[in-house]
Amino acid sequence: MIPSVTNPPVATAFFFYLLAATMIIGGILVITRKNAIHSAMALITALLAQAGLYLMLYAPFVAGVQIILYAGGIMVLFLFVIMLINIERTVKERQFNKQWLVGIAAAAALGGLFIAVYTTATKGKALFPEGSMTYGEGDNTQRIALLLFDSHAGQYMFAFEIASLLLLVAIIGAVVMAKKRI
Amino acid sequence: MHDFLQQYVLNYLDSKGLTPGGAGNIFWATVYILLVFGGLSVAVIAMNWLERKILAHMQVRLGPMRVGPHGLLQPIADALKLLLKEDIIPAEADKIIFWIAPFIVVLAAFTVFVVVPFGPTHAITDMNIGILFMLGVSSLSVLGIVTAGWASNSHYPLIGALRSSAQMVSYEVAMGLAVVSVIMMTSLGSIATGLYGAGNIGSQASGTLSMIGIVQAQQEQGVWFVFKFFPLGLIGFAMFAIAMVAETNRAPFDLPEAESELTAGFHTEYSGFRWSLFFLAEYSAMIAVSSIAVTLWLGGWLRPFPGIHGPSIAIPHIWPPADPTAPTGALDFVFALFPGIAFLLLGAMCFYNVRRMPKHPLFKIQTVGLAGFGAVLGLIGLIMFIPPVRDRVGDIFWFAAKVAAFMYLYIWYRGTFPRYRFDQLMKVGWKVLLPMGLALLVLTAVFAMHGELWAQFTGAGHP
Repeated sequence: MIPSVTNPPVATAFFFYLLAATMIIGGILVITRKNAIHSAMALITALLAQAGLYLMLYAPFVAGVQIILYAGGIMVLFLFVIMLINIERTVKERQFNKQWLVGIAAAAALGGLFIAVYTTATKGKALFPEGSMTYGEGDNTQRIALLLFDSHAGQYMFAFEIASLLLLVAIIGAVVMAKKRI
Repeated sequence: MHDFLQQYVLNYLDSKGLTPGGAGNIFWATVYILLVFGGLSVAVIAMNWLERKILAHMQVRLGPMRVGPHGLLQPIADALKLLLKEDIIPAEADKIIFWIAPFIVVLAAFTVFVVVPFGPTHAITDMNIGILFMLGVSSLSVLGIVTAGWASNSHYPLIGALRSSAQMVSYEVAMGLAVVSVIMMTSLGSIATGLYGAGNIGSQASGTLSMIGIVQAQQEQGVWFVFKFFPLGLIGFAMFAIAMVAETNRAPFDLPEAESELTAGFHTEYSGFRWSLFFLAEYSAMIAVSSIAVTLWLGGWLRPFPGIHGPSIAIPHIWPPADPTAPTGALDFVFALFPGIAFLLLGAMCFYNVRRMPKHPLFKIQTVGLAGFGAVLGLIGLIMFIPPVRDRVGDIFWFAAKVAAFMYLYIWYRGTFPRYRFDQLMKVGWKVLLPMGLALLVLTAVFAMHGELWAQFTGAGHP
C-alpha cells in the first residue's frame, strides 16, 4: 500500500524562490512595521514559509512541528501579550537606535561569510560534506524516532531529554515568578 | 497533446489503492478538492437548517417554517441576505488586519480537509504526518479569531478574543494527549510495518501518523480504537470529544462569543459577507474535528462490525462486487445496501410530511416543493443501489454518517447544557483533562507493552 516515489518532486526551484522571497519579505516587515501586531503577523508569515521550506527538504515532521509550535503555539502567546500593550504609545516611540556603525559592520561580516561559503562551495572545495539525496518523505517521522529512541541507532536521546528538562525548569520558573503565592 | 491529457486522466483510474495526491495526479486532485469543497458547503448549509430545526424542537418550538416547506429554503434566504448586507468596517479599526482575519479562519478550517480520509482512496492526499498536519493547521484558526477581536478596536471583541485564545491553547494540550494515546495503539498488531505512512524501516513495528494508516490499523487489529484496551480507548475518546467542543468555541464552551455577556464576542463588529465567512469557518471546523474523532476512534470509513462477514453469497449481476479483493459475505451485502435505504427513508419521510401539509390552496406550492424534494432524495437512494455506485459510495456514506452523529451531538449540547464560567472552563482544561491525559498515556503504554514489561521484570525475556 505504500506509494512508490515515482512522482516528479515538488522541491522545484520555483517553490524555493517563492518561499524564500516570502520569508525575506516577512522578515523585513517584522523589523520595519511600527505596529507590533503587524510585525507579529509578518513573523507568522515568515515562520509558515519556513515550514514550507522544511517540506521541500522532505522533512514533513519538522514542518508539522514548526506549524504547531511556532505558528500555532508560541505566536498565539506573543499576540496575546502584544494585544494588551498600548499601541498608541509604542507607535510614537523611536523604532531604531543610532548604532549604525556597529550594525553595518555586523551586516558586512555576515554577508562576507555568506559570499565566502557560496564561492568555496561552487568552486568544488568541500566546505561542507555533500549531502546524499534521500526521499525520506514517507518515513520521516519514523526515522526521527529511531534516531532519538532506538537502542542501537539512537544517539540523541540524552540531548533530547536534557532539552525537555530545561523547558520544564523554564516553565516552573515562569510560574514561580508570575505567582506571588503558590 | 490530446492523447497525453487523456492518458493523464485515465492513468489514475488504473492505479488501484492510491489517493490522487499519492498518485501525483493534479487533475484528479483538483476534482477531489472541488468535490470536497462543494460537499462541505452543502453540509454547512444543511447544518444551518438542521441546527435551527433541532434546537427548536428541543425547546418545543417549530423553528423556521415560512421559507419553503418546513423552512427548507431558509439557509439560502439567509445567505442571500448576508451577501446583500452592507459590509461595515469600523472607523477606528485596523483595516488590513480586520480584512485578513476572516480569511485566516476560513483558510485554516478548509485546508485541513486535504488529509481527511473519506475512504481508502477517497482522500485528496495522505501525508506521513496526517494527524499532526490536521491539529497544526486547525490550531492556526485561533490566530484569525485573536486578530479579528483585536482589529475591531472595541471592548467586547477584544475580551472575546482573549477568552478564545486562552481557551484554545489550553484545550489543545488535552486534545494532543488524547491523540498520542491512539497513535501508540497504531503500532500494535501483527502487520504494523505494512501500514500506509508507516515507512519501511527494517522489520520493526512502527505506528503511523497518517490518517489513512490509522484507519487501516483499526481494520487490521479488528477493533475500533474506542473499544481498544477497554476502557482506555473510551476515556481517550471522551477527552477528545470534550476538548473538541472547546476548540471549536461551541456551547457549553462558547465563552468567546457568549451573547449574553459579550453581544457576539470576537465577531461583534463584523457584518455581511465577512461575518458569513466566520460562520462558514466555524461549521467546517466542527466537521473537521469531528472527522478527526471519527478517524481516530470510530474506525473512519469502516462499517460497523468490520470483522464479521457472514456466509459468502452470490446474486447474479448484483453481488459480489466487481473488485475481486472486496469481501463477499452476506453481511457485507446487507451493509452495502444501507446508503440507498437511508436516502429512500429520507424521501419517504418527505412524502409522509406531504400528506400532513395543510390543505389550504396557499400551501400548494410548498406541498409540491416538498414532494419534489422527496422525489430527488428517493432518486438518489435508487442510484445508490446500482452496483458500481454502491461499491464506491459505501465508505463515504459510513464516514459521513459518523460525522453526522457528531454534528447532532453538537446541537444537542447546545440545546441542553448551560454555559461554563471561565474559571470552571480553565479548571476542567488544566486540572481534569490534563492529568487524565497524562495518566491515559502512561496506562496505554503499559497495556501495550505489558508482555515485554513482564518479561523484563521476571528476567524471562533475556537469553
